[in-house]
Amino acid sequence: MSASSNPGAEALLSALVGGIRGGGIEIIDLTHTLSPDFPVMVLPPEFGQCQPFRMEEVSRYDGRGPGWYWNNLSMSEHAGTHFDAPSHWISGRNLPQGTVDAVPLDKLMGPAVVLDFSVESAADEDFLLTRGHLEAWESENGAIEPGSWVLFRTDWSKHLGTAKYLNLREDGTHSPGPAPDAMEFLVKERDIVGFGVETIGTDAGQGSHLNPPYPAHYILHGNGRYGLQCLNALDRLPVRGAVIVAAPLKIRHGSGSPLRVIAMASVGSV
Amino acid sequence: MVETPQTEKQMPLKPSRRPYRDVVVAVPVSIAYVRYSIETAHWWIARALKELTERAGIRPTDIDGLSVSSFTLAPDTAVGLTQHLGLTPRWLDNIPMGGASAVVALRRAARAVEAGDATIVACVGGDANQVDSFRKLLSSFSRFAQDASYPYGYGGPNGSFALLTDHYMRAYGATREDFGRICVAQRDNALTYPHAIMKKKLTLDDYMAARAIADPIHLFDCVMPCAGAEAFLVTTEDVAKDLGLPHAKLLSTIERHNAFPDDPIQMRGGWAMDVDELYAMAGCGPDDVDVLETYDDYPVIVMMQFEDLGFCGKGEGPEFVRTHDMTNGGDFPQNTSGGQLSAGQAGAAGGYLGMVEALRQVTGQSLSKPVESACTALVSGFGMINYDRGLCSGAAILQGSGV
Amino acid sequence: MTDPIVPPPKKDPQKVTRPPESPPLQRSRASLKLTAAASRGVFALQVCEACGTVSYPPRDACAGCLSTDIEFRPVDDRGSVIAETVIRTSTDLYFRERTPWRVGMVRLDCGPSIVAHLHGDVAVPGPVRMVAKLDKSGNAVLMALPETESENMADDPEYCELTASPRHRRVLVTSGREAVGQAVAAALSKAGASTVFVGIAESWKPFAGQAKLESIPNVEIMPLDLTDTTSVTELAGEIGGKTDIVVNTADYVRPGGLFGEGGLVTAREAFDVNVFGLQRLAQAFGPGMRGRGADGVNSAAAFVDVLPVHALANTPDFGFYSASAAARNSLLQCLRSEMRPGGVRVMSVFTGPVDDDWRQQVPPPKVAPVQIARAVVAALEEGIEESFVGDVAKDIAQRFLDDPKVLERELGK
Repeated sequence: MSASSNPGAEALLSALVGGIRGGGIEIIDLTHTLSPDFPVMVLPPEFGQCQPFRMEEVSRYDGRGPGWYWNNLSMSEHAGTHFDAPSHWISGRNLPQGTVDAVPLDKLMGPAVVLDFSVESAADEDFLLTRGHLEAWESENGAIEPGSWVLFRTDWSKHLGTAKYLNLREDGTHSPGPAPDAMEFLVKERDIVGFGVETIGTDAGQGSHLNPPYPAHYILHGNGRYGLQCLNALDRLPVRGAVIVAAPLKIRHGSGSPLRVIAMASVGSV
Repeated sequence: MVETPQTEKQMPLKPSRRPYRDVVVAVPVSIAYVRYSIETAHWWIARALKELTERAGIRPTDIDGLSVSSFTLAPDTAVGLTQHLGLTPRWLDNIPMGGASAVVALRRAARAVEAGDATIVACVGGDANQVDSFRKLLSSFSRFAQDASYPYGYGGPNGSFALLTDHYMRAYGATREDFGRICVAQRDNALTYPHAIMKKKLTLDDYMAARAIADPIHLFDCVMPCAGAEAFLVTTEDVAKDLGLPHAKLLSTIERHNAFPDDPIQMRGGWAMDVDELYAMAGCGPDDVDVLETYDDYPVIVMMQFEDLGFCGKGEGPEFVRTHDMTNGGDFPQNTSGGQLSAGQAGAAGGYLGMVEALRQVTGQSLSKPVESACTALVSGFGMINYDRGLCSGAAILQGSGV
Repeated sequence: MTDPIVPPPKKDPQKVTRPPESPPLQRSRASLKLTAAASRGVFALQVCEACGTVSYPPRDACAGCLSTDIEFRPVDDRGSVIAETVIRTSTDLYFRERTPWRVGMVRLDCGPSIVAHLHGDVAVPGPVRMVAKLDKSGNAVLMALPETESENMADDPEYCELTASPRHRRVLVTSGREAVGQAVAAALSKAGASTVFVGIAESWKPFAGQAKLESIPNVEIMPLDLTDTTSVTELAGEIGGKTDIVVNTADYVRPGGLFGEGGLVTAREAFDVNVFGLQRLAQAFGPGMRGRGADGVNSAAAFVDVLPVHALANTPDFGFYSASAAARNSLLQCLRSEMRPGGVRVMSVFTGPVDDDWRQQVPPPKVAPVQIARAVVAALEEGIEESFVGDVAKDIAQRFLDDPKVLERELGK
């Protein structure tokens, strides 16, 4: 093999590895453990339902396989910490590269901007992130750069394991999410790559009552952007400076996928 | 020795029934019983046949008729036994009738000899008793028992006879002591019989104090299952004389199955249907019987035989046993080798025990205490609790020359 | 009167759990028809079509006239016991452990004599009424009971061998989210169950009747999701050793046949609850229960499944649901054999359409949850293997027994 024709890139990669291997880059897992009791999206019963994660043991060093242990898995594409591709939503159904197997890989690694609205979310379970909130945030933190992954921190992941996580009542679920104008702003005016949340969906629990309904899904996917749900540990990320890697499984014509979301950040940046 | 029979039904002697001509019974063989044995039924039957031929002074191949009764030959039958034992009979019978086996075997053999179908018929009953084989035998005894009797406490014959005994006691006022008298007398007789399994005297107090098995059946109402074999020869008087064998003449037999099916519970055996024929054919009555060998897997059935064979009326059994001495020296010698209750029950050989003992008594070959001037013996058989009652009954009257 | 059963003391950890033994298993084919009737709680004997003779034990021809045309029919259950015994020793291992055992000879008013288990309150001689029940081998046996109810009659030890009363027992009801499970839990509590564990799937979803369920005496809410093997296994790990009765009330109902939209996903969900859920439950709880089949007063006693009567024949409006019920019924047949060595009964409670949201368009009569609850308790208390709840279930059962093919056409469109 010939020597590298791009010494600059090689140095970058080498520096990255050095950073990861004790050189000041911290790896942060933004993923929840995939387990059968992890809640899934609740839709009205007459609709098809999202199948929760299930695992059946095939063998465990026993009569079914004396020397090995393995399991069969089954789940919805949208179980656990997962990725939503544009084709997930009707607004994105005709877009090229709209399924997980076709998503350009460079979009799956990128800078993260963390919007911390955990205080507001704690005060109001139906907190709606509006354009106004975003503008106020930018005036304090600077503008969101194009090509960013915007991660909406609500600390909702801390409710996992309690009824509050889904917060299901007779009138539906209650959890924070973006208003339509916020999504329009982020996608059209800030050109973000994707939007990540700690809740079970990118939309608010009551998002079906907005116009359009489920604005995050509708606007993100209709414009070829991606969603990340059920993220964990956003409180460990800096406002800016982290890079996330969020690569879904390469499922043919898949609408989404459970995945491992990894962030790299400078040690001590939070 | 007792009053004239009082039977419930007057059965006319069927005109076609012909008396036996010159049929005799000889060579009583008892192979000493053991409680448990690792030997098979084939082994026990072989032992009996060997002794039979040796004592008769014949070769095994001289046996041209064979009648076999055994519960434990499986998967063999009498057929397989011929090859196993090297016999080549021209007449072969398999009698699966338990306690009625000897009477029925004799009945069949007698007509074969009489007709010339066979000359020397060896009748043999024998069974193995290995540890746990009694339980296994019970478990596959009959379809009705499997369906309708074992699932109810699985008392086996104990449970069935407990119900009969309970009913008999309620109906006729019999007490445990009454049954005890039969068992105690038979034990006395057994103490004079060298082959008896039971060697210890039994008192009425012992009997009464025994543990309950299936109320009102207690320990000494039950037989001891064991291994052993019994056999005899059936032939013509001429052959017996040529061979120099002491013998008894066969005077009469009866046989009946599933008698009185409408009785709600067994209160009588098939003898009650055929007893008049039995005595008429023999030309004698109960008074003429010197030795009585009943089938005695439980004392209640002994008492029923006293009644059904005409020694007393129905329901008079309890009073009868209170007023008679059933030992070999008494006024009513009964089960003179101790019966199965004291000699043991070697499976189908149990059906042979009384026949072989009676033959010894009336031919002067007794091993137990001889009954004085014993000439006429009545041997009764009973067997096969298919469901709730014994189905097979039979009886035979033998006449020896006496002593 | 019978001595009442007292609540069992806590188990002595040093004592070996008595391994279950079975009463004699082998039966003739004719006798199995007695078993079939008894499994539904019916006392039936063979009646000759030619001469009317009532026969027992079961046979292949009439002993009155040799006709082979003899059918099992319900007959007069009255009779008199004419003799009794108490068996104190038996070569059979099952009875050996249970002596003394009272047995009687009963003369039935309709003819035959019957060797029968004899209830302790029956006087001999005297009148009795006969019942046919399944023993711990799953075969029919006949028992003579007092003519009229006696005090604590159901506590007779021989009777208890033929039943699976929830009294003093610990019961698991698998699905407390729905009205049926809630009604069953309430009925079992009332019937004297010492604990009623009630399984709740996805506890993060609230459900109607939750507060009322939690207020039922002796109810303990447990996490249980029949579609999740881990959940079932974990619950069995926690309470499997002390679960004496399982009542599976879970039922995933959806309308639709093979051609409906999304059929496969929904059908799979139905099978996951109705069929594989039952399998997971049986696999997790079954072996332990089977091992505790003879564990005293509160031995493991029964595995009850509440399932739709359309297990017997498909109703096309609920096509894949019926199919899952049929598979469920088949699994129960398998489970029955697997549980038999432990003497643990597997009971099927077949119901007509329940009055719920999914069956608004099903015409009445429909079944109320409380009816199902009553049937579950009755099945346990009386030891009935197959019961049919509601007019529709009874109707379909009757048509099924008459001719399954005709029923198929009747239910079809």
